[in-house]
This record gives sequence, C-alpha cells and structure tokens, in this order.
Amino acid sequence: MIQVQALSKFYGKKKVVEDVTVSIQRGKITSFIGPNGAGKSTLLSMVSRLLDADTGEVLIDQTNIKKMKSNDFSKIVSILKQSNYMNVRLTIRELVSFGRFPYSKGRLTAEDEEMVDQAIEYMALKDMEDRYLDELSGGQKQRAFIAMVIAQDTEYILLDEPLNNLDMKHSVQIMKILRRLVDELGKTVIIVLHDINFASVYSDRIVALKDGKVVKDGPTNEIIQSKALKEIYDMDIPIQEMNNCRICVYFNS
Amino acid sequence: MRNLTKNILLTVAAIAVCALYLFHDLNGSYDYALPRRGFKVVAMILTGVAIAYSTVVFQTITHNRILTPSIMGLDSLYMLIQTVIIFFLGSTHVTVTNKQVNFGISVVAMIVFALLLYRFIFKKGNQPIYFLLLIGIIIGTFFSSISTFLQVLIDPNEFQIVQDRMFASFNNINTDILWIAIGIIGLLILYAWRYTTYLDVLSLGRDNAVNLGVNYDSLVKKMLILVAVFISVSTALVGPITFFGLIVANLSYQLFGTYKHKILISGAGLISIIALVGGQWVVERVFTFSTTLSVIINFIGGVYFIYLLLKESRSS
Repeated sequence: MIQVQALSKFYGKKKVVEDVTVSIQRGKITSFIGPNGAGKSTLLSMVSRLLDADTGEVLIDQTNIKKMKSNDFSKIVSILKQSNYMNVRLTIRELVSFGRFPYSKGRLTAEDEEMVDQAIEYMALKDMEDRYLDELSGGQKQRAFIAMVIAQDTEYILLDEPLNNLDMKHSVQIMKILRRLVDELGKTVIIVLHDINFASVYSDRIVALKDGKVVKDGPTNEIIQSKALKEIYDMDIPIQEMNNCRICVYFNS
Repeated sequence: MRNLTKNILLTVAAIAVCALYLFHDLNGSYDYALPRRGFKVVAMILTGVAIAYSTVVFQTITHNRILTPSIMGLDSLYMLIQTVIIFFLGSTHVTVTNKQVNFGISVVAMIVFALLLYRFIFKKGNQPIYFLLLIGIIIGTFFSSISTFLQVLIDPNEFQIVQDRMFASFNNINTDILWIAIGIIGLLILYAWRYTTYLDVLSLGRDNAVNLGVNYDSLVKKMLILVAVFISVSTALVGPITFFGLIVANLSYQLFGTYKHKILISGAGLISIIALVGGQWVVERVFTFSTTLSVIINFIGGVYFIYLLLKESRSS
C-alpha cells in the first residue's frame, strides 16, 4: 500500500500540491483525474522520487521512500513519464533490456533475458523487437516503454498520461494491457488520465485533484456521478450507463 | 561482434601509429631519442584518453553532442593563471620556470574552481544542468577578458611566453610531472570504469535513470568532478586542448553507433591516441615543426564542428 501523508510541493510561492493525504490500495488500478494544473503529475513524480516533496512523506508498504536505497526502490516502484525524449538510438529490445538494470546492472543473465522476452511478448512487440524507436509510431513507442516497465517487474507501476497523443484503438489497447497487468499479474497501477471515460471504464478507484488538493477519493462508481464531477470540473456532466460502463457525456455540457 | 572487431582494428592502428612515431627515422639512437619519444607518446596517450573520457561523459550528462567540457571555463582559467603569474611575477620567476610548481598551481586552482562552481550550483537544490553550463560560460568569458586585458598591457617579450602557453604542445613535457599525471589519471580511470554501465542509463534521460534506480544527482556530481580533474590534469600537462574531445567523441559515436559507453569511451580513447600520435608525427616529420599539433587539431576540429552543426540543424 502506498500512503501519501500531508504532501506539499511549492514552485516559488505557488503551491502546486498542497497537503495531500491519500492511500493507494494494492492490486488495483487507481486513476488520478482533475483539470489541467491540478497537480496530478507533480504528485505522481513525488511518489516515484522524481521530485522531492517540500513537506510530508510517502510510505510504501510502511517504509518511508526517503529511507530506501535508489536501487531497492526501483525494484518496487516504476514510473513512466509522458515525454521520453532521448538522444541515443535504441532498438525496442535494447530499451526493454534497460528495465532489468536494477537487477543486473547492465550484464543480463539468462533469467533477465527471459523477463525481457516475456515483457516484449506481453506487449505484442516480438515481430518488431529489433526496430529502432525513432522508426515507430506513437502507439508502438508507448508500448515499448511500457514493456520496459514490465521487464522492471515492480509491484507498483506509475504512469503519467500514457494515452497522450494516442488514437482510440491504441488507447484502448494500452488500457486493456494495464487491466491485465492488475488482474493477471497482481500489479498495482497508478495512472494519470485526462480522459475521464477511460478512468471510468478501467479503474477501480479514482482520486480527483483540483488546485493541488484532493477533492474526491473513492471507488469509481462513487466518483463518476454528476454531483461529484461538478465539484471537480465545474461542469454539469450527465452520465449514461451503457453495457455496464458509466459514460460521461461532457462534449456539449 | 562487429563493434568488437572495430575496436580491435582501432587498437591495432593505435599501436601501429605509436610504433611508427617511436621507431621511424630513429637511426639507432636508442639511448637518446627513443626515451624522449617514449615520454611524448605516453603523454599523448594519457591526454588523449583523459580528453576522450571526459568529453563523452560530459556529453552524456548534458545530452548534447556539440558541447565540450571547456564550456565550464577551465581552459580560460588555465590561461588566466598563466597570464597573471607572468604579468605579476615575470617570466623568470620560479612559478613559470619550474614546471612542477606551475603544474601544481594550475591543477589545484582548476580543481578548486570547479568544486566551488559545483558547490555553488548544487547547493541550491535541483538546478538543471544547463544552469551550470550558463554560469560556466559567463565565468569563462570573464576569465578570458581579464587575460586579454593583461596580455595587452604586458611586455612584448613576456607576451611571447604567454602565447606559448595558449597552445597545447607535447614538445617539452617534464617527465616528473608525467609520472604524477599518469598516477592521477590511471587511478581515476580504474575508479571510473565501474560507472560506465550507469552512464548508459544516464543517456536515457534523468526521469528514466531515476526510475531505473540510479542515484542521479550524486552520480552526475561524481562524474562532473571526474571530468574536472581529467581536464585540469591534461590542460596543465600540455595546454588547452579540450576542443579535440569534440572530434574524437563524435567520430566514436558515428563509428560505433551504440549507446554502450564501454565501447564509446574506449573507441574515443583509441581514436584520440591515433590522432594525437599520428598528428604529432606529421608535425615533426612532414612539417618539420613549422606548425604545432594544436593548430592542425583546431583546423580539422573546426571544419568538423561546422559539419556537425549543419548536420544537427538539418536533422531537427
């Protein structure tokens, strides 16, 4: 379980995340939603140690993340940010192999190779594993990065807007894979999402942020309610139930 | 496997060039000429490897392939130290004539400066690396301006001595200093070698490196200190030559096309040995000392730099 306790982050005088306390349960998909600038990505970055919090602490399975060694931490928590610019040319397989770095420090064992194979297989990238990342489409690239995170084999997987710039087909594909990671491999996924309907359909729990504070936190069905959404987005959003999915019809509200 | 072959070929070429330099036209002068040439070759290997290592590491840290560590202002500081000493104490003072003393002063001043610069910048928390470079450029320009100012005022005869120090030269290397430099650089390379796989991860960017369990800030600090020591020692040994690193690092990237720093660094090191020793041979035998190695390096380096700029601007 990840426990975030009274976490705050300031940029100068501006509070980006303010006194956030929230618990994230194991074996579930938890989505962070909220308007732009609500502090979702900043919160995720602090939980994953990419950013230092100004006040408050994060406990993972009762241990303060500041007390954990970088290498041990990277075997428990992995993070994928939205932009992954790099100036080296890598093939998919080379990228995914980096996921084993916390375990093997660059010298892959047979077991590592097997994990890499599995991750590539899992993301259906086997037939293109030797292609270079800069030759891939956005969706393929995103899948390659997720494969790296899978090869890292962590209990907690954090993703910052993984659906950015992806079309419907690839978005659905990625969300389905994340669902499988949770249901089949028992991982815990925390994901920042912009599209509220993806959050509604695929997540178990939703944490809604606004102006750096948590405004709602609960099971998906309790958050995807017109009244709750009004509080989060300041919009009247009608909700339609279709095939057991609660869909927010926000386009003309 | 193919990269291994390339590395072996480069090794063979480096050994061949060294042998050519050592034995060509030796005329049986095993007692006099051979040891002198030997010291020069050792100095060139040492500087070449130090420059290659620090440039590749620096470019990986900054994610930029057209930067060299000279942007931190260490070369300018070296020139400033030399100018100030000659300006105030004169060219006959012990700090100029005694090479060991001069070497000691230069190395210590450059390393202390680099550490102060890092301390000042990293004290303020997670400043982006570009902030360090920006401060480095400003301070470097400041140092060069003072040097130029003093050089204008200086006695013309003294200026000749200063000018002599502006260009890297392998012709008058003091053997005592060479042993010290071998000790420092050799030990540091042994220490640094185990970090090469971490450098591979650094090239994925800060976020990915942190995700993969690399203690990013402390690693970058360690690497920057290593770079500063390498640059300081090699500059104090032969003079300002960091521009050279740009050529060898980029040749190595082009030749090997890999992200693996073990291959990139050893490749760049071998290329610089070939270029330095080969270049020195050309200077001595073809031009019969009518030009200096750094003139040739700066000329070829400048042309290559323009080529890189054009290529990078086309690709982006």
